[in-house]
Amino acid sequence: MSHEERVHYTLYHPKWYRRPVSVWWWLERWPYTRFVLRELTSIAVGFFALLTLWQLRALHGGEAAYQRFLTQVESPAFIALSVFFLGGILFHALTWFHLAPKAVVVRLAGRRVPDGLIVLSNYVGWIAVSAMVVWILMSE
Amino acid sequence: MADTITLAVARYRPEEESEPTFQDFDVPFRKDWAILDALNYVKDRVDGSLSFRWSCRMGVCGSCGMMVNGEPTLTCAAFLSSYVPGPIKVEPLRFFPIIRDLVVDITQFMAKLKTVKPWLVRGEEKPLTEGEYLQTPEELDSYKHHSMCINCLLCYAACPVVGLEPGFIGPAAIALAQRYNLDSRDQGSAERLSALSGDEGMWQCTFVGECTEVCPKDVDPAGAIQQYKLTGATHWLKSVLLPWGAK
Repeated sequence: MSHEERVHYTLYHPKWYRRPVSVWWWLERWPYTRFVLRELTSIAVGFFALLTLWQLRALHGGEAAYQRFLTQVESPAFIALSVFFLGGILFHALTWFHLAPKAVVVRLAGRRVPDGLIVLSNYVGWIAVSAMVVWILMSE
Repeated sequence: MADTITLAVARYRPEEESEPTFQDFDVPFRKDWAILDALNYVKDRVDGSLSFRWSCRMGVCGSCGMMVNGEPTLTCAAFLSSYVPGPIKVEPLRFFPIIRDLVVDITQFMAKLKTVKPWLVRGEEKPLTEGEYLQTPEELDSYKHHSMCINCLLCYAACPVVGLEPGFIGPAAIALAQRYNLDSRDQGSAERLSALSGDEGMWQCTFVGECTEVCPKDVDPAGAIQQYKLTGATHWLKSVLLPWGAK
C-alpha cells in the first residue's frame, strides 16, 4: 500500500490552555523562595568583597585614612548593615555547601564518595580557613 | 475515619470553557487506593468524560504524572491515605499546554528529547565478528541512575526555568544526554555538548534543584546538569588555554 492509499488523518488542532506564570512564582513554594534567596544573597558576597577593597584602599592611604575608615565602619548603621549581610553570606555559603555534592562527583577506589562527606569537606575547609584567620589575628 | 474523600479535579473542556475550572468528586476512601484509582473510579462510575493519561499503575510507564496539591506527583504512587482529610487538588502538570482536563501536550518535550541524541553514537561500528561492546560493572555504575528515567515529566513541572523559558531543553533530556555521555560505549559527547551549550541548553539551568527532589526514579537530573556544566566549562577553558588541544 502506497503512502497515498493510507487513511488520511485530519490533523488534530488542540485548543490548548496555557497557564501564565505569575511574577510571584518564587513565592509559591519554599524551595523556589530558598533558591531566589540563595541567588539574592550573592549581593552579600559582593558587599564583603567591596568592603575588603575599601579597607585595602584605606590601608594604602596611610594611617589617617585608615582611622577614617575605622570610624566609618564602626558606626551603628554600618554594623547593622554588616550583620544583615553576614546573615546573607552565611545563608549563601551554607546552601552552596549542601549543593556541592550534586556538581562534584569524586570517585575513590571505584566507589563514589558519599554526598555527606563532600558537604563535610566544605565545612572542614571553612573551619580550617577560619582557624587560620583567627591564628593570624591572635599572633599579632 | 470518613468513608469518602473529596477530589478537587481541574477540568478543561475546550469546547465549553476558555480556562480550567475545578470540579469536586466524592470518592470512596480506601486505604489501598492511589489517587489514580480514585480518578478511575470517577471515570468508571461518576463522569466518563474526565480525561487523564495512565497505563501501568506501577510507576514504570510515566503517564500519570499530575500536580497533586501543587506538587508534581505520579498519581499511581500517591495513596489517598497520605492526603486525609482532603480535599485533594488534582491538576495537570504545570508549565505544559493543557489539551483537556488532566491531559497535557508533550510534543515540545519529544522534540527536545531528540536534540540530545539519546542513543549510542559511534564514530565507527566495529564488525559483528568482534562481538559486543563490553562494559565493566563500574562503567555501568557511572551512568545507571541517569538511565532510570521514565519520561514522566515531573521534573519539567517542578522547574521554574521551564515555565519562564519554554525553549529550555530541560532536566530529563539533559540527564539523558549525560546518561549517554557517561556510557563507555558512546562516542557522541562532542555532538551533544555542542547541542547543549547553546542558548536553550544546560546554561539556562539556574540550579533550583527541584527536578531531583520530585523525581520518582532517583535519576538526579540536577546533578547531571551541574556535572555537565562542569564538563562544558572545562572544555571551554581548555579551548582557550590550549587552542591546539581541544577540538
